[in-house]
Amino acid sequence: MISIRLEARPEPSRLAAYASPVIAAVAMVIVGGALFASLGIDPREALYVFLVKPVASRYGVGELLLKACPLMLCAVGLAAGYRANVWNIGAEGQLTMGAIFGGGLALAFPQSQSAWLLPAMIVAGAAGGMAWAAIPAWLRTRFNANEILVSLMLVYVATQVLSLLVHGPWRDPEGFNFPQSRMFGAAATLPILVPGTRLHAGFLLAPAAVVAGWLFMRKSHAGFEMRVAGLSADAARYAGISVPRTVWTGLLAGGGCAGVAGVLEAAGPIGQLLPSMSPGYGFAAIVVAFVGRLNPVGILGASLLMSLLYLGGESAQIALKLPSAVTGIFQGAFLFLLLAADVFIRYRVRVGRGKPAASSRAGRRVTRPAAGAD
Amino acid sequence: MESLTEIIVLTLAAGTPLVLAALGELVTEKAGVLNLGVEGMMLVGAVVAFIVAADTHGAWLGVAAGIAAGAALSLVFAVLTLSLMANQVASGLALALFGVGLSAFVGKAYVNAVIAGIPPVALPGVSDIPVIGRLVFGQNPLVYLSLLLFAGVHWFLHRTRAGLALRAVGEAPDSAHAIGLPVVRIRYAAVLFGGACAGLAGAFLAVAYTPMWAEGMSAGRGWIALALVVFATWKPWRVLLGAYLFGGVTLASFQAQAGGIALPSQVLSMLPYIATIVVLALISRDAGVIRRNAPAALGRPFHPDA
Repeated sequence: MISIRLEARPEPSRLAAYASPVIAAVAMVIVGGALFASLGIDPREALYVFLVKPVASRYGVGELLLKACPLMLCAVGLAAGYRANVWNIGAEGQLTMGAIFGGGLALAFPQSQSAWLLPAMIVAGAAGGMAWAAIPAWLRTRFNANEILVSLMLVYVATQVLSLLVHGPWRDPEGFNFPQSRMFGAAATLPILVPGTRLHAGFLLAPAAVVAGWLFMRKSHAGFEMRVAGLSADAARYAGISVPRTVWTGLLAGGGCAGVAGVLEAAGPIGQLLPSMSPGYGFAAIVVAFVGRLNPVGILGASLLMSLLYLGGESAQIALKLPSAVTGIFQGAFLFLLLAADVFIRYRVRVGRGKPAASSRAGRRVTRPAAGAD
Repeated sequence: MESLTEIIVLTLAAGTPLVLAALGELVTEKAGVLNLGVEGMMLVGAVVAFIVAADTHGAWLGVAAGIAAGAALSLVFAVLTLSLMANQVASGLALALFGVGLSAFVGKAYVNAVIAGIPPVALPGVSDIPVIGRLVFGQNPLVYLSLLLFAGVHWFLHRTRAGLALRAVGEAPDSAHAIGLPVVRIRYAAVLFGGACAGLAGAFLAVAYTPMWAEGMSAGRGWIALALVVFATWKPWRVLLGAYLFGGVTLASFQAQAGGIALPSQVLSMLPYIATIVVLALISRDAGVIRRNAPAALGRPFHPDA
């Protein structure tokens, strides 16, 4: 009888940590091809439509970067929290609040020609996202309430707030009663960066956030504290690191970045406030953060990949008549495959029979919680 | 009096998906596994139940299919977290995202479909008795099923040997392993049970409560169910109480909208979510209560040596 066993490595494998997203990506192409084949679609054609066709033009590459922008911003912010085991899953709501705050400013000054309007909107957007993330931070630090559930509940609340505004006070009086705001004025709309695409100047903030995130996590004392708190809350407390402060930092970073992403969507490709400002960027960013190994540079690549899945979903909808929800399946499946491939980081797979070769001391280590377990 | 009966009947129905999903998650968590993917399993259970019910005209067959679908999805989570030692929080989030996408994808063609659904029980003569008849004999069959499930879970966890073993695995997996309990197998069973219950909750929504299919129709109930388990401090009877309380809040916001209350509908739609946050904060305020009641090994992976 052949048995497959997992044997704990004495040290996590660095090679496996970098290889695992690649393994997951390859596995996803195979799984995706099989999925298409099972739907009676030629897998080669489907994968071409999904992964290549969307970026075969300059406009397409512009769209790739355009959609990567909110994903990158949200994921960099979320990763800062995840490093410290602060599980903010409400970036979608914080993004919505950012759009409301920043968009509200644009609607308050429709005639403004000021060059300061856009920067002010971005600051307002960040403030809106941070304010929304401050609620789970406060409830967690003051009342011990689980931030996963609170931040998620607030997504639904934020959606209703936006709906209330665009159906009510902010509705465009000349908009034939559609639930949408007026179009923003020229001074409140982000200029196009590359002619012939929809890529706007706000995109530049995304790589800037990646650099800032890297500096914060790797070079700052606060970032170091976050990482220690993530590895062991007890060790952090013993070393005098304030756990409430890491909770606040993690959530405010996530909320601020998501808020900026929201206002960039409003002032960029959308140009007004609609009842829904995002096709789930805030949730997809969770996948981006994990696929990017919670590392800002990894997030850069992962957000491009995830953006391609969005474009692929749209392209498949047009060319293959598939529901665009196929994007969600790919995103979820990708995270599954990544988590499965991650097993190689901490374990060796032994195929064989009989007693394990290694001593059981190495195995003991894994009964301790892995990073992020509690 | 009749309207009060009506309110109670509707509250029980509104609370039932929460009862079903939260009881399942309670059992999963009692075994030490935190599955955050309830929303995803619920949606997949709902869409599969609806599709089977629409295609076969068998509503009960749909319910069975929904249960199976919820369990099948939870099996993916179980393999990841129990066999491959993946992080439970991340795997649960992946399950939630995947379930939302999958249900939207397969349900696309059924968005405007109409099915007969499962109507409330109507026993000739008996159900027509004023007040009592409606309350005792006039509920939806799945409401009775949820009460049976509650009794079953309570009895299993606190009155049986197997239930004791399950709780031991959630409190101290190493000790449980040392006395020869099959920790991983018990956890698999608990996760599958949770998935089946979430699937049943979704099936109730799609086949009995509404009955219809709409993208994301569970509207966060899976997440509220997770909050309910904390709110209930891992006790089945408090899950029941909490679920009906939330059912009442949801119902009140519906009724207020229909009754033309001056508040905008959006404000009323927020109420269940805000109520969840407030209750969660109040119950978690005393960290000691949570620590004493939460399964000690909740969320921690277990890897048996050899």
